[in-house]
Amino acid sequence: MSTPLLAVRDLRVHFNLGHAGLMPWTAARTLKAVDGVSFTLSAGETLGIVGESGCGKSSLARALIGLNPITSGSVRLAGRELARLPAAEWRSLRAEMQMIFQDPLSSLNPRMTIGAIIAEPLRSLYPETPRASVKAEVERVMARVGLLPNVINRYPHEFSGGQCQRVGIARALIVKPKLIICDEPVSALDVSIQAQVINLLRDLQREEGLALIFIAHDLAVVKHISDRMLVMYLGRVMEEAASDALFAAPQHPYTRALLSAVLIPDPARERAKTIQILEGELPSPISPPSGCVFRTRCPIAEARCAALAPALEAHGANAGHMVACIRAG
Amino acid sequence: MPLLEVDRLNVRFATPEGEVAAVSDLSFTLEAGHALGIVGESGSGKSQMAFALLGLLAKNGRATGSARYRGENLIGASEAQLNRRRGSEIAMIYQDPMTSLNPYLKVGEQLTEVLRFHKGMPHKAAYAEAALLLDAVKIAEPRKRMGMYPHEFSGGMRQRVVIAMALLCQPKLLIADEPTTALDVTVQAQILKLLHELPRDFASAVIMITHDLGVIAGICDEVLVMYAGRAMEYGPAQAIFDTPSHPYTRGLLHALPRMDRTHGERLATIPGNPPNLLALPPGCPFAPRCRERFEACLKPAPLTVFDGNRQRACHRAVPELTIP
Repeated sequence: MSTPLLAVRDLRVHFNLGHAGLMPWTAARTLKAVDGVSFTLSAGETLGIVGESGCGKSSLARALIGLNPITSGSVRLAGRELARLPAAEWRSLRAEMQMIFQDPLSSLNPRMTIGAIIAEPLRSLYPETPRASVKAEVERVMARVGLLPNVINRYPHEFSGGQCQRVGIARALIVKPKLIICDEPVSALDVSIQAQVINLLRDLQREEGLALIFIAHDLAVVKHISDRMLVMYLGRVMEEAASDALFAAPQHPYTRALLSAVLIPDPARERAKTIQILEGELPSPISPPSGCVFRTRCPIAEARCAALAPALEAHGANAGHMVACIRAG
Repeated sequence: MPLLEVDRLNVRFATPEGEVAAVSDLSFTLEAGHALGIVGESGSGKSQMAFALLGLLAKNGRATGSARYRGENLIGASEAQLNRRRGSEIAMIYQDPMTSLNPYLKVGEQLTEVLRFHKGMPHKAAYAEAALLLDAVKIAEPRKRMGMYPHEFSGGMRQRVVIAMALLCQPKLLIADEPTTALDVTVQAQILKLLHELPRDFASAVIMITHDLGVIAGICDEVLVMYAGRAMEYGPAQAIFDTPSHPYTRGLLHALPRMDRTHGERLATIPGNPPNLLALPPGCPFAPRCRERFEACLKPAPLTVFDGNRQRACHRAVPELTIP
């Protein structure tokens, strides 16, 4: 395999929360949002990241694009190291990596027209671009995402959520990135609109050879769009596999519980299935359990799970199916 | 006599831009102990329907028609009449549990208040009863939890508290408006299990309002599909999922990414955008987005009975529909 587009190794994103209370002699607390995550992404591939709120999936995405400081580890985009990159040099990477946000309306400046919003990355990164070519590019990406040319002078509030998300996608596309990070891009949309946006992302990915990192809590949506998936829990990767393999034969008890909880839109099958209810609550990322972080809620945990943090290792029949569980297989 | 009989309910809002038709000619019946799912996307009027039943419409809103709860019309009822029912016989659960909990009061005080107000129970008995309910919604150490404030609970735990609060007076009717939308899948599974089992124990009927057909599938006996304030399809849940008879219901079901399909297939979509309630088309409100529309769709499609106990509002006959 050639150099992957994105190679993440042992990435950690820790937030310093200061001292508990006001006493300076108490230990400083650290929130470990992402704690040792590694993966690679090839050009044109879609990686889905799933997990419940607080699992660190958004912190991870924001760290990849430079919105969260990287505590330690390595992120290489086409061979170039991004960790500890000076802020000034980040700009030159913006053309390669773009992001689409969850709330379509609040990620658009209400005082700018649709045309100006979409043109902004191009104007900012390539200020020497002639006006006529900026306009041509804006029109090209608008057509690409299915926005009519006559909306170019309208404002975001005049649009529905689905159309705003198309604007967000057009804005990301205009600089011809190699990778787009999508953080819950369809969770705020209605079912009928969600399908339109998913299809659009899928078509763009295939036709433009884009790589996507697709973060969502809806497993059915992630399965639909991703080639490979990463299951996160409390800042760590529990399982990584090709989408179809992960859904067909999940190896990690957390993945199994997650999959069993997904609703099936068919009364007979939904009522017949057994849900593996996870007891208890997500532990605090400030003081995660020792050993395997999932062990406090794991139905098959045993004594040695508390002693040892399991490494992500190959399991199962499919190549590249990685599981972090000493009882897997 | 059915528990709730809604007949030609209309909800209108007067706005500076004109009159908004949030709910139009909506009729349904709910038998005691049954669970009805109301599905629709944003702006379909599903929440305003519930607010109209409880007399909670915004000041510029007006409801007409009738909603007979055990024979008594809730539409146009006085505050005193409504207050006798609300919270005791008819309870509601909202999407965001934090909005229905008072952040300044301990959870125990909020729970006991319900029993003292509606049932006139003495504090000690109310406290014991509230602890029992917290136990029923599977909150560990209920007595300790009663002394805590809402912010000390996680989202899923808060929703459990709200469910316990709604069930305290053993309501005859429980209206849940998107009760699991803000929750993670694993927590959603826990809450839905509660919402499936507990009302049965209390013999309560449930109206489950949601945009998620998956939520409905597990819990509801009947389903009402709404679009732009109107009923598109209404009938037994299994029949609607097995043989959806309205182009909108079919579109919704096909647009849903499903775990039981392989990845990468194109999703079927419903073209266009949600309707503008200020300027609805004269005929079927779904017609502008409908792939099956023809001339007749310029006229309103009345809800007609077919297959004995099913209803649909579509000019096309079921066998004529091309989308499977």
